[in-house]
Amino acid sequence: MNAELLVSRLQERFADALIQVATHVGEVTIDVKRENYLDVCKALRDEPAFQFEQLMDLCGVDYLDYGMGEWTTDDASGSGFERGVERSREDRPARSGPRFAVVSHLLSISLNQRLRVRVWCDDAFPLVPTLTTTWSSANWFEREAFDLYGILFEGHPDLRRLLTDYGFVGHPFRKDFPLIGNVELRYDATEKRCVYEPVSIEPRVLVPRVIRDDGRYADLNTPSGANKN
Amino acid sequence: MAEIRNYTMNFGPQHPAAHGVLRLVLELDGEVIERADPHIGLLHRGTEKLAESKPFNQSIGYMDRLDYVSMMCNEHAYVMAIEKLLGLEVPLRAQYIRTMFDEVTRILNHLMWIGAHGLDIGAMTVFLYAFREREDLMDCYEAVSGARMHAAYYRPGGVYRDLPAQMAQYKASKWHSAKDVAKLNENRQGSLLDFLWDFTERFPGRVDEYETLLTDNRIWKQRTVGIGVVSPERALQLGFSGPMIRGSGFAWDLRKTQPYEVYDRMDFDIPIGKNGDCYDRYLVRVEEMRQSNRIIRQCIEWLRKNSGPVIADNRKVTPPSREAMKEDMEALIHHFKLFSEGYCVPEGEAYAAVEHPKGEFGIYLLSDGANKPYRVKIRAPGFAHLAALEEMSKGYMLADVVAVIGTQDIVFGEIDR
Repeated sequence: MNAELLVSRLQERFADALIQVATHVGEVTIDVKRENYLDVCKALRDEPAFQFEQLMDLCGVDYLDYGMGEWTTDDASGSGFERGVERSREDRPARSGPRFAVVSHLLSISLNQRLRVRVWCDDAFPLVPTLTTTWSSANWFEREAFDLYGILFEGHPDLRRLLTDYGFVGHPFRKDFPLIGNVELRYDATEKRCVYEPVSIEPRVLVPRVIRDDGRYADLNTPSGANKN
Repeated sequence: MAEIRNYTMNFGPQHPAAHGVLRLVLELDGEVIERADPHIGLLHRGTEKLAESKPFNQSIGYMDRLDYVSMMCNEHAYVMAIEKLLGLEVPLRAQYIRTMFDEVTRILNHLMWIGAHGLDIGAMTVFLYAFREREDLMDCYEAVSGARMHAAYYRPGGVYRDLPAQMAQYKASKWHSAKDVAKLNENRQGSLLDFLWDFTERFPGRVDEYETLLTDNRIWKQRTVGIGVVSPERALQLGFSGPMIRGSGFAWDLRKTQPYEVYDRMDFDIPIGKNGDCYDRYLVRVEEMRQSNRIIRQCIEWLRKNSGPVIADNRKVTPPSREAMKEDMEALIHHFKLFSEGYCVPEGEAYAAVEHPKGEFGIYLLSDGANKPYRVKIRAPGFAHLAALEEMSKGYMLADVVAVIGTQDIVFGEIDR
């Protein structure tokens, strides 16, 4: 089924519940208001125009550093361009808009169509309703999002950590969690047990993150997303 | 009368039937499973976070290490997601090569699965048989990429290089006499395509061999028929895909329903199961091996007749040739920029899914216009399947848990990521 038809059906049915509907590279994304999240998902599963029987994927996203490069070349100082180093977050411009989002990918086997659903969370207390009552597969995906991003799912039957170690502190996929981690583990021969210590390695950036404007992709970024793929 | 209590048992993480590092906490009533709580993450390496800290191309190697028995299919999804965002065209020959190697990979995966699954529930021989054929396919991997497993062969825009015209041969040594070596090299006289063609000639017979060992085997049927039954409704709810959903009766295969590369030009069938038990999923996977064999043959026939480029001619994304670099300054600059800074992918998000041997393997790629991905989410089929382990094994016997793990085709590289 083509994307335009799906978009028009979505706009018609959920007009008030959606923040926006976007099509990019032939894929439809809807941003749902948090209060309507559960109802929209149930309707997407059950109504004949959508029939999204399967939740294929659900994940958290942290938008804290979105659109920020590590190496800007427009303000050269006496010591040259700034290099790719871990900059403290304080000297960056503050980002507007919510920080965390939960993104799920739905699949309809009957109508052979896909849809991406995004719901934004509150920054201070990221809490969204759980989808486990709508799709059973949401269970582990939500546990993973909780573990890695600290997003809480209201009504989840078993919200435990999933991937990280027993007794792990923090949410490792948040953008302010260092790539090298906070603690390291080694076996102490004198104490005859494993001990945790603060990491002994220095953070470093091998290739700085740069954002370049490229005119060649301008046509790709049009709202209709006219793309052959 | 004595008080009867449930027994809690720890299974793994170091257990030969756990297919890696699965820790299961089982609650048993006698020998019947009451509760099964999988503890995963013992192989968690943070692939997604690592990918966020590297230019796009440098993560291809990580993709091999996700599901480490079907390497090129993982790469395929990742590379497809980048191509989608870049709007990059892949040359036709590269599409055929990718299709062919996806199917080689599917056979590799299913051979590993049939061997391990057989071994888990008591059939020793099939493991040895399956690994004999795997060896030949590993040689094909090595011939194109130089690595037997972690190939990093697919690149955005195509594949790294064209198929070799000459298959590598064994050399005589202290341990191999010239006569032995001549015998080993019999089918290695021609190109890679000739070698693979020779493989496809004998492979259906080999699948028959596996089937004589298992399909009508009384013990095999006792261990798999009626075990781990999943109804069609539950299969949808649990997010199943691949052989797991086909075993429950859905003719759903991304190669047919959402074709990518040249699958729409291929002639092949989708096997489906009826009862949704371990035996049906076994039959589905065995038939898939035969169908993959058919697809490989169609690809070889086309590849023999048609030549052409195997990677897009776009210097911002693909490296220039070695010869060009020797005399062309611009080519040298392109090469340097590509392998240091990489390329910037336009802002946007894409989800690319392939029909991986285990199910739907998807990459959700979010780019903010930088030379590194902003977020990579790997949708591993095994993750959704393992989440259903409790439901699939509840009410069955302790020994059936092993059969269920086997039928789910669990590999921890992709589940823990």
